[in-house]
Amino acid sequence: MTAETATPLAAAAVIDAFSRRHRLHWAEAIPWVLMVGAYFVFPDYLALGAQVLATILFGLSLDLILGYAGIVTLGHAAFFGTGAYVAGLLAAHGWGEPITGLLVAALAAAAVGFVSGAVVLRTQGLTLLMLTLVVATMLYEAANKATPITGGADGLGGMDVWPVLGFRFDLFGKVAYWYCGAALFASWIVARNIVHSPFGRSLTGIRENERRMHAIGSPVFWRRLAIYTIAAGMAGVAGALIAQTTAFVGLGVLSFDRSGAVLIMLILGGVGRLYGAFIGVPLYMILQDQFAEVDPVYWYFWIGLILVLVVVFAPGGAFGFADRLIRRLRRRAR
Amino acid sequence: MADAFAAAVSILFHGLAFAMVLYLVSVGLSVTMGLMGFVNLAHGVFAAAGGYVATTLMSRVGVPFAPAIAGGVLAAMIASVPLERWLYRRLYGKDELDQVLLTIGLAFMSVAAAKFVWGPLAQPFHPPPALSGQIELGFREFPTYRSFLIASGAVLVTALWLGLERTRFGAQIRAAVDNRRMAQSVGVNTSLLFTCAFALGSGLAALGGSLGAEILAIEPGYALEHLIYFLIVVSVGGLGSISGPFFAALFLGVADTGFKYLLPEFGAFFIYALTLVILLWRPRGLFGHA
Amino acid sequence: MSEAALETQGLSMSFGALRVANDIDFRLEPGARHALIGPNGAGKTTFVNLVTGALQPSAGRIMLAGHDITRLAQAQRVKRGLVRTFQITALFRGLSVLENVTLAVGERHGVGGDMLRPSGSRRAVIAEAYALLERLGIADEALRPVKELAYGRQRLVEIAVALGLDPKVLLLDEPAAGVPSAESGTIIEMIERLPTGIAVLIIEHDMDLVFRLARRITVMVQGAVLVEGPPQEIAADPRVRQVYLGEREPA
Repeated sequence: MTAETATPLAAAAVIDAFSRRHRLHWAEAIPWVLMVGAYFVFPDYLALGAQVLATILFGLSLDLILGYAGIVTLGHAAFFGTGAYVAGLLAAHGWGEPITGLLVAALAAAAVGFVSGAVVLRTQGLTLLMLTLVVATMLYEAANKATPITGGADGLGGMDVWPVLGFRFDLFGKVAYWYCGAALFASWIVARNIVHSPFGRSLTGIRENERRMHAIGSPVFWRRLAIYTIAAGMAGVAGALIAQTTAFVGLGVLSFDRSGAVLIMLILGGVGRLYGAFIGVPLYMILQDQFAEVDPVYWYFWIGLILVLVVVFAPGGAFGFADRLIRRLRRRAR
Repeated sequence: MADAFAAAVSILFHGLAFAMVLYLVSVGLSVTMGLMGFVNLAHGVFAAAGGYVATTLMSRVGVPFAPAIAGGVLAAMIASVPLERWLYRRLYGKDELDQVLLTIGLAFMSVAAAKFVWGPLAQPFHPPPALSGQIELGFREFPTYRSFLIASGAVLVTALWLGLERTRFGAQIRAAVDNRRMAQSVGVNTSLLFTCAFALGSGLAALGGSLGAEILAIEPGYALEHLIYFLIVVSVGGLGSISGPFFAALFLGVADTGFKYLLPEFGAFFIYALTLVILLWRPRGLFGHA
Repeated sequence: MSEAALETQGLSMSFGALRVANDIDFRLEPGARHALIGPNGAGKTTFVNLVTGALQPSAGRIMLAGHDITRLAQAQRVKRGLVRTFQITALFRGLSVLENVTLAVGERHGVGGDMLRPSGSRRAVIAEAYALLERLGIADEALRPVKELAYGRQRLVEIAVALGLDPKVLLLDEPAAGVPSAESGTIIEMIERLPTGIAVLIIEHDMDLVFRLARRITVMVQGAVLVEGPPQEIAADPRVRQVYLGEREPA
């Protein structure tokens, strides 16, 4: 049997199709349209909206390591909290310029990510999972005990955040909303770029079959460490945003609750799709709002139940659900 | 000098008691992780369940100590069977993430359920008069109950080792941990084995939780609050091993007690740092499989 | 004596009390067509794992074109041209055929770590990957996910990925294993048409394949080399016959 030779035209078509995957799809504009729209439709909820935007960024950073590199972590709040405390400490000790504060927080969080990742990523499975928890818990303990610096259990107050680019942070959250939105947008561009780059594709390879990646000459450890560091920096930005827009940093930014919550938010939306956080974060916050109304003490029960149900019946979250729906509709259409 | 010696003895003693509790709870997790490759973050729930049942039997129903503890263990073992067969089994061999999420979800649910049924406060735990007070061991006095804890822990550990080394059940577990497919082709009924091993592990956890209620208080958040310690014992000890977690529990129990006594301002910080160092040196744990 | 493409000296490894590799001395000449045969459990795949760096030996040396690579990580050995395929297909099942090969070619070109430009912009890499698919006759399924392909064609993708790494030494671990005989013809043909510059070591159980492809055969038993030589010698060797007692004898 001779090898089939596809015509040059067919070859070019395939190569073209393959090379175009990263082109912007019109649906990718939806989140930004919604973001702008929400500003006009919900003028009373802008402060909350800013929180949601910052949390989406947090979820996006987790998606990079969980959804793309396949690193399961229970301690992502470590980087979020580091960013929050660094930004908070800067503002509390005389340097309240927000954007530089963001950058310093990102660098600090990335540094923590690099150092912890260099240790943690040498392990795998349960050990890796446990070590991510250990790192976050260590930082929590440190923040808890270092009361003179962090304010301990009372939290860090006395933050004086200066106006950003001339805009003073107002009581309605207008400036905070656009500030967080801009940070999210910039980070999204970075994330999207990474995901579609050869580096990003190699992360997908690492997640799909790590053994094979070693066998094609990929420096697996360094690639994972790189994305871990970048994601840590992004999570730090998210933490800093929360700190700056609320002018307060509590211990909760480093807690297991925070790590668990962002994990759940991402799962609800769907991991590895880049937009999972955009869906999962608002979904979670709406659910939390609704359940807290009905039964505030037992929120834990309901979110636990939702988690179990999602894992068993709706793996892949909202995106996975949409995938199956589309497939079923396509089959019916035939 | 005498003070330092007395302090050291105290730390060793209380650390040992703590270690026994940690080991009893964690050994089941090590076995199921090594056997089924299943990440069960809800393992602590069985320890708490054992504690809740035992303390309720003792304080509300007036059941004496030993039967109450047995009741807790039995309840946990019975509850574990449908959980393993209907829920966990679906996720064997699946993505680690799914297992993590499922078991965390279950842990969350149990925390809320416990708070609903028993309230937010720690359950009262009163050992029987025979095990209360102080006992003289050699040159000084020690709390009786903790001495009992250490003694029974030692007995149980020995029984476990013998059980694993000498019985057919134990041999099957060891074989299946080493190579599941091979064990299946030799005729081991891995399905039944898993259920039994899981029940055994859950029972042991319940035993640890109920006996150890004096050290680790039985409260709604038990499973999640102490999760990190159980995970440390299992990871440092080595998955699938029975002896590894024992030494890891000893290290963790004594070190934690020591650090909390000598450097209370730092809390558990040094424990975590030590864990990082140990796993940096031995990523598979001290006794882990290659 | 000219430099071997691949050589091991005294390679040994133990799993506890079990010696899975027992003092193996092995030479693979440049441009070789060499087969490694032996009964199940003889340690053939273990040998490949040791040579490629997936396992660490307890003793011995591994030399690639005269350089000692015993301490090198797996990925670094690949960069030097030591490439393997897996006995059970180890591909990126959720990704397309073209992407599987593109990843390999991209790594070889050294652009795997590029974070800035989209992977689609590297058309030279993609074109090279596609050309490989054409050579192996699987270009028509370039954009389909690997898991949707027939198993025999998946094995071809394995070979495409291996070739995409521009190997100097190619270790094929049972390339036709699990492939229905209707499809294995293509695989055998592809192996026969491999560039003569590549030194090829095949692990195989199928004796027809071995005697058709190999110019030299090494027989392994219980982690050690039993005998080595050209096919006719091996076929006539009574020890080999004894080892395969009960198995189909070569014609």
